[in-house]
Amino acid sequence: MTSDTVDPTLPEGVERRPIDGVDRLATRGEPVYGEPTDGEWRAWDPSRSKLGAMLEVGMDTGLEGGEVVLYLGAASGTTVSHVADFAGPTYAVEFAPRPTRDLLSVAESRPRLFPLLKDARRPATYAHVVEADVDVLIQDVATRGQAAVANRNRQFLADDGRLLLAVKARSEDVTADPEAVFEDVKATLEREYEILEATRLEPHHDDHLAVVACPRVD
Amino acid sequence: MTDTGWFEADGATASIRAGSAESPASWPRLAVDRGVVPDEDAYYDALHEATVAAARAAVESAEQADDRQLIHAIRALDDCRRTANELAERLAEWGGTVDPDAGTGVAYARTLLETEADLSGPAADRVHSLAERVVALEDEADALEAHVDRQAPIVAPNLAALAGPQLAARLISLAGGLESLAKKPSGTVQVLGAEEALFAHLRGHASSPKHGVIFTHEAVRGTRMADRGSAARALAGKLAIAARIDHYSGDRRPELEAEFADRLETIRARATAEDDGSSPADDTESDGHTEGDTHGGGQ
Repeated sequence: MTSDTVDPTLPEGVERRPIDGVDRLATRGEPVYGEPTDGEWRAWDPSRSKLGAMLEVGMDTGLEGGEVVLYLGAASGTTVSHVADFAGPTYAVEFAPRPTRDLLSVAESRPRLFPLLKDARRPATYAHVVEADVDVLIQDVATRGQAAVANRNRQFLADDGRLLLAVKARSEDVTADPEAVFEDVKATLEREYEILEATRLEPHHDDHLAVVACPRVD
Repeated sequence: MTDTGWFEADGATASIRAGSAESPASWPRLAVDRGVVPDEDAYYDALHEATVAAARAAVESAEQADDRQLIHAIRALDDCRRTANELAERLAEWGGTVDPDAGTGVAYARTLLETEADLSGPAADRVHSLAERVVALEDEADALEAHVDRQAPIVAPNLAALAGPQLAARLISLAGGLESLAKKPSGTVQVLGAEEALFAHLRGHASSPKHGVIFTHEAVRGTRMADRGSAARALAGKLAIAARIDHYSGDRRPELEAEFADRLETIRARATAEDDGSSPADDTESDGHTEGDTHGGGQ
């Protein structure tokens, strides 16, 4: 790693590198969605990935690299492919069969990525597979009750672990003011978590709130 | 052993797909402790192989639940219902000649069998047997309906959520498939199932149909006559979008239902507003720019 690419907020394995003449976030792995590459590094587009945007805007995610991750809402695996590039064992939960087909091809070249076609609202259906005390819970699900999903999945997270949550206002209530939705979500979340940081993801994603939180331990 | 991991059941793939646990445990360590694998590296290798196989199997079975299958099911359902009703009419007519308590419809067929009515005459056996066929057909229709209710949300999750499984299946059937439904403009979706009325209109001796099969949707049927066209147009717009999402991406987008609920509320507020003698606000723009859609049916 050269000194000019070191960024204290980025986990090991994620770097800012010049790709196609622009400095971009990048990880090392098999390309999956036609992203620009530079040698073994592939660009991580923050406007296609909420987690990418969180790193891009400089949120302190606490990610260091090598963690055990539970990822809820993996979709076709765009973001989860980058996560698996820098993290350790990564459990990827997705509910819809069609995107899971793409997720499977992402998983094929990543031996520590475990795709699960499961409903994130029903943790009991994958608690016999996903290990306890994961280091990071990443959630990006487009369903109503996003905070409740995070609360229900708290059981997987180690007491010193982190929740990295992307909240889509339109999934909760299309007609309500996003700020009001975010306040509700934060209030629900605070039953199980202590919120460390909450930031809107504009201009990368409209009406999305990113939350970094740690579990409440009583 | 308090809890059982996926690796402790027979058949890793099936266990990952169908198993469950009340809470997670340190499965990698437990698998090593219980002698299932020599070390954690081997555990993760086995887990990778099993989760990929399980996800592939689940995806494949979801893909077998395709739109062709759904079309056969909904058409078989309609055939069973129609035939049951037709035979029930014949039965009621015939039964009336030998059974003083003869009723009508499928209900009569059921009563006839349940009460084991003592029919007389040489045709008694045949009437009884016919009643059995009617009831069996009706039962098959019910079973097909339950099947459609299960399959439609797998084939077209957004369409089924918005339209209900039965209507979703009928729209796919009328369009000839999910792909061709996804390619239809919303004005066509609005009048699917009203082809006769549409062609009468196009020949120039009738007004344009306001709705086809989507009339069965509560949003249309439950809206007062004057606003049904608007409700049907709004519903068809969302259904067309839902079909496109289902065909092209397969994601679930619950916001579609919320957007439609919001739109319907605005449309229905007109009735209240007129009762109050005032005109409803913010209701002109979105009607105006979809107006041309009602003529999209010829495509």
